[in-house]
Amino acid sequence: MNAAYEKLLGGRSGFIGLLVLAALLLLVFPLSLDIFRLNLVGKYLAYAFVAVGLVLCWGYGGILSLGQGVFFGLGGYCMAMFLKLEASDPISTKIQSTPGIPDFMDWNQITALPAMWQPFHSFSFTVLAVLAVPTFLALLIGMAMFKRRVGDVYFSIVTQAIAAILSILIIGQQGLTGGVNGITDLKTLMGWDIRTDSAKLILYFVNAGLLIVCILFGRFILSSKLGRLLMAMRDKEERVRFSGYDVASFKVFVYCVAAMFSAIGGAMFTLQVGFMSPSFVGIVPSIEMVIYAAVGGRMSLLGAVYGTLLVNFGKSYFSETFPELWLFLMGGLFIAVVMYFPNGLAGVYHNQSRRFMTWLATRKSSTLTTQVTLTPPKVAVEKTEKINIVIDNANLEASK
Amino acid sequence: MVSLSEFGAIFAMQGFNGLSVFCVLLLMALGLAIIFGQMGVINMAHGEFLTIGAYMTYLLSKLTTEYAPSLQPYYFFGAVVLSFIVAYGIGYLTEMLLISRLYKRPLDTLLATWGLSLAMQQTFRSIFGAKEVSATLPDWLLGSFKPTENIDIPINGVFMMVLTLLLTSAIFLLLFRSRWGLQVRATMQNRVMSGAVGINTRKVDRATFALGCGVAGVAGAAFTTIGSTGPTSGSLYIVDTFLVVVFGGAQSLLGTIASAFSIAQTQSTAEFFLTGSMAKVLTLSAVIVILMLRPQGLFSVRVRK
Repeated sequence: MNAAYEKLLGGRSGFIGLLVLAALLLLVFPLSLDIFRLNLVGKYLAYAFVAVGLVLCWGYGGILSLGQGVFFGLGGYCMAMFLKLEASDPISTKIQSTPGIPDFMDWNQITALPAMWQPFHSFSFTVLAVLAVPTFLALLIGMAMFKRRVGDVYFSIVTQAIAAILSILIIGQQGLTGGVNGITDLKTLMGWDIRTDSAKLILYFVNAGLLIVCILFGRFILSSKLGRLLMAMRDKEERVRFSGYDVASFKVFVYCVAAMFSAIGGAMFTLQVGFMSPSFVGIVPSIEMVIYAAVGGRMSLLGAVYGTLLVNFGKSYFSETFPELWLFLMGGLFIAVVMYFPNGLAGVYHNQSRRFMTWLATRKSSTLTTQVTLTPPKVAVEKTEKINIVIDNANLEASK
Repeated sequence: MVSLSEFGAIFAMQGFNGLSVFCVLLLMALGLAIIFGQMGVINMAHGEFLTIGAYMTYLLSKLTTEYAPSLQPYYFFGAVVLSFIVAYGIGYLTEMLLISRLYKRPLDTLLATWGLSLAMQQTFRSIFGAKEVSATLPDWLLGSFKPTENIDIPINGVFMMVLTLLLTSAIFLLLFRSRWGLQVRATMQNRVMSGAVGINTRKVDRATFALGCGVAGVAGAAFTTIGSTGPTSGSLYIVDTFLVVVFGGAQSLLGTIASAFSIAQTQSTAEFFLTGSMAKVLTLSAVIVILMLRPQGLFSVRVRK
């Protein structure tokens, strides 16, 4: 029990952080926002899955993937294919020349459902595909790249090219994928109308719950020996290799986990927004997802969620009110985060809370009797030590 | 039954198409071959430096047609020079303010320059409008050249080839046959040692980066002869550009040329049989598969680390 508390929840500070996030997602947002806004937050939280995955593979593993949109999109498309098949039953599509197939196939003169689509009649297959297809692709890419010791920079460029390929492919194969419009008009999930307010509310809670599960899983990985190895690899790969560890396999593993998180996010995105299109697959959305993690703090799983929410709120606010300024702000954000806040919001928070703690400690020790003062400074020291480790990591990264 | 001469004509045209795609790819990649290949800086805003050149050409074409119609046939040469100077200047500033602080963090450079590219796109949109614009070409660049009945070679394509040839040779001479090029290569291979023998490495970095940007500007100017320019046109090139440089083997100029050539020929041949998008998918996938088998690219330079 105690071990689980320390490992999964990260001790007291980690537990409080998680509790605050859970309260925000499960209580504050649902109680204070109307269903339209809540659905919007749900959409942002679907992106947060990608950001959490990026914290694992980029922040801790040192693997910067610029193609997370690929996995997000694949997850989303798998779910969308299932929903689309359900929405295009023979009765509601009887005006088409071939009833029973999705409308965009009919527009593209396809007369029978392609083999690729056939298994998506089954919901259990779809869930499996959402999880397995992106993970398998990540496994393939990871095996090919990491086993041959392709460097970080090259890996980023190749993943970016893969994002480009997939989006060109989806747009080019209109009859199979719905082309540039994507798969739209999704209505029901196994007979349950996903467009109603109550369904949106339930989906929001499912989404938030899954996100918290993913964060817990991420914590579990990071607090294990694997997590320490990941950090060691990021900072001195050769040394870990010489110690006898198979560096490539660890990298492949963490990359696959990140891909699977993204895919879950993609599927939840499709369910909440009601469509999926290639505009969530290409290079631009993929890099945007990296900035969510960077703003939140590349070393903080919880920070990634806050970063995603903050950037997206900013995006929807500024692109509505000052459309001219938005890209400047976004560009400036990239530059500012990289140059001045390499650890993002989480880094700023840590520094401030450390300052606050030392301030608190010095204040208390000067006013209270020695007997009582023994405890608070100890906590403060413990905290400072933890923070020092974080800062050391940042320094290491900077000096690399 | 296709006669032999017609077949020959198709073959020649196809070859010419491949050559023009080759020139486009090579022009795009030359600047990056300096910045990424030699310096190892990932400049995601490279496409925007191309766009700067294209917009400068557009601007000059507009100015000459409005104020000095007699100079209109020759403005293009001025545009090439202007594009180089403007892109060089902006590149110089970028290196000074942004890149020079991030040399030790390559992945962060990637993010910062991506941010820069977003800001530059919005700047283009604010100055030149969201619509695509195209420069009025001088008359001598229009039309085509017909050696036989079935062969039709556009003049602007030939012009691009000549420009590509000139630019490539200039870069080759500068990097591999001049004293300055020697300093650049020395700095990139061993910074500390170069500093010890009296090379001002900071200055070399700055000038090299700016030179890469300037070359991108010239490439952008060349692109106005074959297409229009919009605020986001640069970002369309970025994936191809990086793949060309990486595929060729980052540090080798010859590799960049060879990889641009093979990618261009594959793509234009595939386009003959498939749709444009599928040809692109096929080419990019082939490049990635080859890169997975041979991560160091086609031509690798052996450098002691």
